[in-house]
Amino acid sequence: MAFPLHRRLSERAAEAVIRMAGVTAIILVILIFVFLLRDALPLLRTTSLGALLSGSEWYPTDGKFGFLPLIIGSALVTVGAVAFAIPIGVAAAVYVAIIAPARLREFLKPSIEMVAAVPSVVVGFIGLVTLGPFLQKFFHLESGSVALTGSIMLAFMALPTIVSIAEDALTSVPKDYASGSLALGATRWQTVWRVLLPAARPGIVAATMLGVGRAIGETMTVLMVTGNAFAQTKMIDGKMVNVLPYTLLQPVRTMTATIAAEMGETVQYSHHYSALFMLGLCLFVITFAINLVADVALHRMPKHG
Amino acid sequence: MKRQYLIAGLASTAVMLAAGCGNKTPSSGPAPAAGGITVAGSNTMVNLGQAWAEEFGKKAGSPSVSVQGGGSGTGITALLGGTTDIAESSRAMKPAEIEAAKAKGFTPKEIVVAQDGLSVIVNEKSPIAKLTFAQLGDIFSGKVSDWSAVGGPSGKITIVSRDKSSGSYDFFLNHVLRNGDEKNTAIQYAPSAQQQQSSQAIVQEVKTNPGAIGYVGLGYAKSAGIKVVSVARTAAGPYVTPSIKSVLDKTYPVSRPLFFYTKGEPTGEEKQFIDFVLSPEGQSVVTKLEFVPVK
Repeated sequence: MAFPLHRRLSERAAEAVIRMAGVTAIILVILIFVFLLRDALPLLRTTSLGALLSGSEWYPTDGKFGFLPLIIGSALVTVGAVAFAIPIGVAAAVYVAIIAPARLREFLKPSIEMVAAVPSVVVGFIGLVTLGPFLQKFFHLESGSVALTGSIMLAFMALPTIVSIAEDALTSVPKDYASGSLALGATRWQTVWRVLLPAARPGIVAATMLGVGRAIGETMTVLMVTGNAFAQTKMIDGKMVNVLPYTLLQPVRTMTATIAAEMGETVQYSHHYSALFMLGLCLFVITFAINLVADVALHRMPKHG
Repeated sequence: MKRQYLIAGLASTAVMLAAGCGNKTPSSGPAPAAGGITVAGSNTMVNLGQAWAEEFGKKAGSPSVSVQGGGSGTGITALLGGTTDIAESSRAMKPAEIEAAKAKGFTPKEIVVAQDGLSVIVNEKSPIAKLTFAQLGDIFSGKVSDWSAVGGPSGKITIVSRDKSSGSYDFFLNHVLRNGDEKNTAIQYAPSAQQQQSSQAIVQEVKTNPGAIGYVGLGYAKSAGIKVVSVARTAAGPYVTPSIKSVLDKTYPVSRPLFFYTKGEPTGEEKQFIDFVLSPEGQSVVTKLEFVPVK
């Protein structure tokens, strides 16, 4: 401790400020959770959690709070989005990190990250007037507002996150790995597939997870393009039956869209209001879990010297 | 060292929680401006409110009016919380909301400021030209799923509705599907009904989907690629097409009032603004925005 006193004090002060900032972030998350809980819990006095999660009808102003179709809707759209975004995102990251010449990389990476700057309402609008009608013609559907439209649009929105983080993970793999692999006679493709991608796997998993988080939490775009119906009417043996969505080619209602569409009109502290908070709580828990997995994956990344 | 921060953090969390849990009144929304009026609520009416505020502002010595959207329920909540002077609503106040107002010590005053004719629209290629309340009820509640059941060629019906945040959703459900019997909760929109977040989105869906049917305000019924259906209460007729005239002479059966709500009788600046809205000048703004005047 040979530092002069004032130097030590300023170090201390800086450290304290930074630490408070970190602690504040944690406190805020805890507070958000507590407030969600406070407004959601009254619903459990009248409806059990099991009934909420397994109910298949959503008529909240008449006491039918089935979360199941909404959870399925969110899951369908998100899984679809991830199925599009990961192969394309990882392939793009491989190209930018390994194959593209340096000058092209300088241009490509910022350009891909620019996609994130497109407002979701604009993405939704594009989906509504171009992609929706196109899919409708292509698959001969009754309606173009289906889960797939939402999935493709969300994949587009999740790409910058996935490409950017996966590219960083690939770039941080030591150059010796690639040179060694090539020196042993592996082709360029074998090097990418068998050496570089496995070495960067934790980063790529994290990228994927953050992309999923981005997709499941997106609101405006899905509200605009997925049609927001929570079931389909089917004729089975001459009887009309309501079937929950099971393919990407049906309109679906997601949890986020439901909250966004209905919160403005609920009577405060009504059951409907609580149900929406409960739905928010479910979303919070899901995204929290996803981020946790991503974080654990990131921390498993080997620290390359 | 670290423990101190943890304790400080937990203590501040506790303080914030205590502060938050004790406070049961929402403090969101606009604060009433000093020497001005705030209007908040219905998204259907937000442009109308803004146009009124603009015209009203041109008069010398009139107070300023600031208008916000957010949904009818949001406006009513703001009125109850004391953060707006006037709530715009495209639906009547619900009993629960009136109770809440009385608990806060006032009786909300309801003023009809304009009307709207909810128009039933189908794709322009659809041969369907007229429907009764019963047929509309069957279609929108999912009782029938094929156009052949209501006098069309066979083909799957796609139901397109507004979402729950909309006053139109409530009105069409109670007025048409339930035929005025709001208590009849057995009747609902079909689970397969698409719930779009704007009238524009409904028009877009109906325009691109030959089997679609939806409802929109009169102002949207002129859009390209769609066709307005004439409606009758019973099969005996008369089948009426929505227009400013048929809403005014009450022959069109799916008309709805658009409301202002105030805390008790409006006085002072509020009264000045509401008088203007109901004046011939204020009502000409209504016609300009393709709504229907009160008289």
